[in-house]
Amino acid sequence: MTITPMKAKHQRLVLALIALVALIGAGVLAAWALRSQASFFYLPADYSANPPEAGRAVRLGGMVEKGSIKTAPDGVTITFVIHDDKARVPVTFRGIVPDLFVEGSGAVAEGRRQPDGTFRADNVLAKHDENYVPREMKDMTTEQARQAIEETS
Amino acid sequence: MHGYANPARFLRLARWLTPLLLVTGLVLTGIALAWALLAAPAERLQGDSAKILFVHVPAAWLGMGGWSALAIASLTELVWRHPLAAIGARAVALPGAFFSALCLATGSLWGRPAWGTWWVWDGRLTSMLVLLFLYLAYIALAEAADRDSQGSGQSRIPAIFGLVGAINIPIIHYSVLWWNSLHQPPSIAVGKSAMAPVFLYGLLAASLGFSLIFGGVVLARMRAILANSQAEARLRRKAMELEDA
Repeated sequence: MTITPMKAKHQRLVLALIALVALIGAGVLAAWALRSQASFFYLPADYSANPPEAGRAVRLGGMVEKGSIKTAPDGVTITFVIHDDKARVPVTFRGIVPDLFVEGSGAVAEGRRQPDGTFRADNVLAKHDENYVPREMKDMTTEQARQAIEETS
Repeated sequence: MHGYANPARFLRLARWLTPLLLVTGLVLTGIALAWALLAAPAERLQGDSAKILFVHVPAAWLGMGGWSALAIASLTELVWRHPLAAIGARAVALPGAFFSALCLATGSLWGRPAWGTWWVWDGRLTSMLVLLFLYLAYIALAEAADRDSQGSGQSRIPAIFGLVGAINIPIIHYSVLWWNSLHQPPSIAVGKSAMAPVFLYGLLAASLGFSLIFGGVVLARMRAILANSQAEARLRRKAMELEDA
């Protein structure tokens, strides 16, 4: 049995596909290696389990606990708790927060861990979720709104 | 496959398709954006500032879709040596770069009121900025390589770059799922939407409108590139005749 030579076109196709598979493999490997380093912030669970050294600039992101935002007597310092389902971290911040920074919503605090384990933020960013709902539905909770969207779409 | 290899057939099709795409695209985009500004409801938490999504999201899709088209054209050029593929890839690069830049600019304007910052180096924003740089690099590379090829048509080096750059597209898409990021995860997936229908249909109309404009610009640029290379070939023939005389 003789091996018939591949047509040039097919040879190029095979070469291109091999190159493509190698590239995608390299990209996925790189992304996998970066999976913890390329994250934008610590989750409260990571933060509590492997605390970053005190004084190093880090970001802490999670949900703002309901009922936790308190304004200090000076009027510009606030304290709140960022939590996920595993841990909660108290945060203090002196400054102006974005409009979307509300209890029960996502937020990212940029700052430093204090020796006592709390977090002092120099800057607070608000996260918003992927839900887009008109004002008329604003009295609903996020869960109700999601349900309403699912029912009508 | 090679039915449109002959530019004459392609040009006959593009001659009427170009204005058709551009005009319907402009009308549809105009209607969608006018509706977004004047009639769309305010968003529950963000109010009117969320309306920028009707430009931001189509721009992001077209920036990524543009490079996907560029990569497919590059593969077609490398494997099947289709003469229009090289021209198509070059034609996509400029509108692709434009929409990526538009996505970054509108995202920055949106980030300020929503997040409290113009820019952060999170996975989504950074990989989108890389896409813009890839487009600019492709444009520069194609210009330089075609100039060096001295009239022997389009160089194949940019096609290799177009394929390699495609690795960034899945990274952009999954950046908000693999890594914690300030940017929220996608609202829309096949078959489900976390966006109320009133926003979703407006977004789809705007996206279709912008896509038609994108297609029209690509066809117009392909016609321009073809006309250019025909003019150059004619000039070269003239020069040779003069030398022979």
